[in-house]
Amino acid sequence: MARPTDMFVWPARLLHWLMAVLIIAMLFIGVGMVASVSERHDWLVRLHKPLGVAILVLAVVRLIVRWRNPPPPLPADLPVLQKWAALASHWLLYALMLTLPLVGWAMLSAGGYPVMLSASLRLPSILPANAVAFAVLRHLHAWLAVLLFATFLAHLGAALYHGLVRRDGVLGSMVGWRPRR
Amino acid sequence: MIAGVPLVVAAGLGYAGGWLTPGRLTAQKLVDQLQSNAGVHPGYRRNHAKGVCVAGTFTGNGALQSYSKAQVFAPGVVPVVGRFAIPGGNPYAPDSSAPIRSMALRLTQPNGQQWRTGMNSMPVFPVATPQAFYELLQAQQPDPASGKPDQAKVGAFFGAHPEAGAFLAWVKTAKPSPSYAVDSYWSLNAFELVDAQGAHHPVRWRMVPEARADGSAGQGEDYLAADLVQRLAAGPLRWHLLVTLADPGDPTSDATKAWPASRREIDAGTLELTSTQPQDSGPCRDVNYDPLVLPDGIQASDDPLLPARSAAYAASYLRRTSEEAHLPGSATAKKEAR
Repeated sequence: MARPTDMFVWPARLLHWLMAVLIIAMLFIGVGMVASVSERHDWLVRLHKPLGVAILVLAVVRLIVRWRNPPPPLPADLPVLQKWAALASHWLLYALMLTLPLVGWAMLSAGGYPVMLSASLRLPSILPANAVAFAVLRHLHAWLAVLLFATFLAHLGAALYHGLVRRDGVLGSMVGWRPRR
Repeated sequence: MIAGVPLVVAAGLGYAGGWLTPGRLTAQKLVDQLQSNAGVHPGYRRNHAKGVCVAGTFTGNGALQSYSKAQVFAPGVVPVVGRFAIPGGNPYAPDSSAPIRSMALRLTQPNGQQWRTGMNSMPVFPVATPQAFYELLQAQQPDPASGKPDQAKVGAFFGAHPEAGAFLAWVKTAKPSPSYAVDSYWSLNAFELVDAQGAHHPVRWRMVPEARADGSAGQGEDYLAADLVQRLAAGPLRWHLLVTLADPGDPTSDATKAWPASRREIDAGTLELTSTQPQDSGPCRDVNYDPLVLPDGIQASDDPLLPARSAAYAASYLRRTSEEAHLPGSATAKKEAR
């Protein structure tokens, strides 16, 4: 029988699945709003900003939860290369969860836009208005989003590989069930 | 399964981004078409490319406060960074090339919220939808042989778009004004004011000048900027913000239709412009006059042109700021020399 440490603690699991929904939604909202000229454009933009800040806050909470509750170890028989890939991709995901919202916030600040989270709630600018900084950050925001999407797809593929091929309990440790052995 | 699920998700993102549906109108296509019509002029706006910066203040008088909770309508003074321009994507077009002038304003409230508005010196817009605007631009694309739009195509477009009738009737008698200072500027699109109780009031607005036209015509190609310098040297220029309240049933989603002249109008305050600067170094250069940057108390209406303007202005802003930053992939000044 698996020991309790074989699973992520419930706050970690809750944060993971909540943020999974938010981040995937954000990626779709982001590409959709940039291309769209319909009435969707306006409400997607208005949704994008508060969601981004929510993800930033949740990512910080999640790192604290992780620091206080170290995740279960990877299976001992996992090849070294796969262990390394798992470790690197997870830290990349955390880094992107934190930097993408910050780059977006900085980008709007540099563009001279008021950073409105709702009709009345405005965040302060974190950069002075500067067109060159805006352009660089705007492109960075898009490329980091592409990187986040690619990393997420790899993460999804790896999760399915653990759950369907290796059946080693890694997927179960985040889903919240223990594999029958 | 392991490759298939991520592939399906990636295809979904491709759909959301419009890459799988090339027929869909996007902001990028609109801006591409503007570039096809006027050429690529690095660093300049893709439409209303020729213009000047202005600065001054807006003084609210409180008359609109029972309709909108926006700070800008309370009695008091807010700073304004604005821009006058002529339509089209060519920054070297003669001032007399179109009988239309535009006024864009950014008003910054004490609470840091902003109201950005882009207005034109015509009471109605030729088309009601982004798709029709795109098709109008396509019809107006200069023929490579003559360098001029094919009048048969333009005629065919207007033949198929009877909604342009009011605009065409206006443009028939409209003349290029000799001064930015003597024109009225209409919001064209409808918006909604939101009062302190949360009730919505559909409106349009226009800026009405205190200066009067004297019947003269501009001389040369670049008279508008010089005229503005001359007039401002003599003193500030003023406009009154007249806000028109819709009656129930007045169209808010169709910028081709004027509202009846009998609608109630409220003078909400005075715009006072005190200085002008060239647009390549002035404070308006890096401002995107996106009409959906609105303070609490003003909201977009259901006019489909508004989100399209917002999206296309953002695409244009990214292109010209990327050119300012000399980022790889952005147009460079070399292309200009052709």
